[in-house]
Amino acid sequence: MSDIQATPGKITVVALVENKPGVLNRVASLFRRRAFNVDSLTVGRTHRPYVSRMTIVVDSERADAHKIAANLSKLINVIDVQILTDTPHVSRDLALIKVRSDDAESRNELTEICERHPARIIDIGPEVAIVEMVGTEQAVAEFIEQVRPIGIVEMIRTGVVAMGRGTRIHDTEYEPVFKKNGVAEHMNVL
Amino acid sequence: MRLKGSEIILECLIHEGVTVMFGYPGGAILPTYDAMSKYMDRLHHVLVRHEQGASHMADGYARATGNVGVCIATSGPGATNLITGLATAMMDSSPVVAITGQVAVPTIGTDAFQETDVTGATLPVTKHNYLVTDVEELAYTIKEAFYIARTGRPGPVLIDVPKDVQNAETEFDYDALEPVHLPGYRLLSGASEDQIDQMLDLIHEAERPVILAGHGITMSGANAELQDLAELAQIPVAQTLLGKGSMPQSHPLVVGWMGMHGDAASNNAIQEADLLIALGMRFDDRVTGNLKSYSPHSRKIHIDIDPSELNKNVVVDVPVAGDLKTVLRQVLPRLERRTHAEWLNRIRDWQEDSSERDILNHDTQGKLMAAQVINDLWRYTDGNAITVSDVGQHQMLEAQYYPHQRPSTMLTSGGLGTMGFGFPASIGAKFGKPDEEVWAIVGDGGFQMTLCELATARQENINVNIAIINNSFLGMVRQWQELFYERRYQSTPMFSPDFCKLAEAYGIPSMRVTSRDQIQESVDFARSVDGPVLIEYVVEKEDIVYPMVPSGADLHDMKRRPKPGELA
Repeated sequence: MSDIQATPGKITVVALVENKPGVLNRVASLFRRRAFNVDSLTVGRTHRPYVSRMTIVVDSERADAHKIAANLSKLINVIDVQILTDTPHVSRDLALIKVRSDDAESRNELTEICERHPARIIDIGPEVAIVEMVGTEQAVAEFIEQVRPIGIVEMIRTGVVAMGRGTRIHDTEYEPVFKKNGVAEHMNVL
Repeated sequence: MRLKGSEIILECLIHEGVTVMFGYPGGAILPTYDAMSKYMDRLHHVLVRHEQGASHMADGYARATGNVGVCIATSGPGATNLITGLATAMMDSSPVVAITGQVAVPTIGTDAFQETDVTGATLPVTKHNYLVTDVEELAYTIKEAFYIARTGRPGPVLIDVPKDVQNAETEFDYDALEPVHLPGYRLLSGASEDQIDQMLDLIHEAERPVILAGHGITMSGANAELQDLAELAQIPVAQTLLGKGSMPQSHPLVVGWMGMHGDAASNNAIQEADLLIALGMRFDDRVTGNLKSYSPHSRKIHIDIDPSELNKNVVVDVPVAGDLKTVLRQVLPRLERRTHAEWLNRIRDWQEDSSERDILNHDTQGKLMAAQVINDLWRYTDGNAITVSDVGQHQMLEAQYYPHQRPSTMLTSGGLGTMGFGFPASIGAKFGKPDEEVWAIVGDGGFQMTLCELATARQENINVNIAIINNSFLGMVRQWQELFYERRYQSTPMFSPDFCKLAEAYGIPSMRVTSRDQIQESVDFARSVDGPVLIEYVVEKEDIVYPMVPSGADLHDMKRRPKPGELA
């Protein structure tokens, strides 16, 4: 526990949750009332229809990893919690950035920057282009700083998704008593 | 058999062992009330006068018996009125199940008449909650709710049932229900071998150990194990407010109560200890005072069923997440005898010195003091009643002057400090323990928050004795104003009705006591009445509860009662 506490900056938490209505609300409400500072929270489905997965990045100034994990685990619909901060893991953030591209200079500059990064232009018009950038949170941030002088007009980042490396599987065979509401077809955690 | 949702609710309650429920009818819960007539022989419904009373009664029932207490209310205002009681139960880990009616499924989200997002509103004050939108899921959900309420760290669970779900029919067979299957809800049992070794090492090495006994002792049923631990290793025991009665308070190893208004001997022992063994308690700020100076020389063991309590307020050396009874049973067989004679003598000296705070030894110039009332109630009830106190000065005095010998006999709102809790909770406690003598000890302020339940007590002819400690002030707030706000008594002087006339209006016998020599008579009178009875004790208006650790001060820095003639 103490080695994780010692890490400065951010804590990356992965929670497997039951794919049921209101679960995201329970998690968000917990973070609010315990005054944990959420940097980003992403939620998505897994290969199991009844299980969703959340990646939550928390500012470690107001909370330590043990506190977050212990409180999350108390929620009945949370199946498993892992703190990835100090274990080998991969993480990705995705940004869509709309950039000014109304002259040759800006278009050239944008193309050049994209060539140096795992980024690509996915839409381009006479006024603006949309660039997609995928990478670690840090890499995305650096990319954004390089593009900024050209002129960002609109931007969205998805927040981090993360996964531990190696064979320590973060998974569950969970199936609920009531298998209804077509959870396999649509996200239900909201 | 084929049943309506409303009938399934009541069938399930009976299967869970419920015999009494506290509630208030209304539109969205009407189908369930309609079905009650079929079950009246097995399920008694107590009609309260305000839903807050229902949740406090269910809580009082749960605290007195250890079983799940049940309250029931309609949608909207009925459900929101339960919330104070649910929050109270949540803070003190009391197992309560609340059932609320909801508007019909198709109208949810349309701001229908008496619609409130009850699962949303109760999210932070329940251990878990449900909105049941399909009658097929109703029975299993109720089973799961009771399981969650009573296991692990107990707490309140709410089930919101739309009206059309209560009316819908389905096949019901309780015994055929799936076993509870909650993948993320793991019940803790014992400690690891490693942790046991660490605990034993610390206990065997300690020269000045103190046990901090909390509510978790009784909730886990670890009272005998606590006493064995204390006696074998001769470790003094300090108790939290809700830990009182976890071990008999007359036991020579019980030092007393800890914290803001606790015994100086307990607080001194904690501050000078070289080992704290915290059992089923949560280092609340009212218990620790200034965290920076809290028990600075001690190593610390903390055992609690809730892992999120470990290292929350106080960082400890050996945090153990587990069931107290199981863990103590792992520790006891390998525990070596110790004597700690010097340490115990030191504590005994402190205990003798605490006479300074003892108002009973002061000349009160003929005035009736609240502490005397409570100490005499203890004397004349042989210290054997279930007392249910409200919140404020009388609550602190109850904890100081009414020692309890048995677990679950001292009921009070500890964590949330809910004024208005005492009287309705005493009704719930009496339903749970009909053969015990039950006293509600309340202030004039808190009593007026829920006194409408006098009608409930009368209607049920429930045998609770109400002791109103009337000092014509919001006493504890006034105390803080006197000590910390230069005696500006803003909004604390209180007009109250003539409580005895009020009792008369409800058909409840009553007595007013203004001097100490009437107290014995008042207890005899209360005991002679079969049914509710109200005694008003008119006490000194401006008294202060001593000793006191001012909020945020060091635990050993207690304000003592000034000697006669001294200024506070």
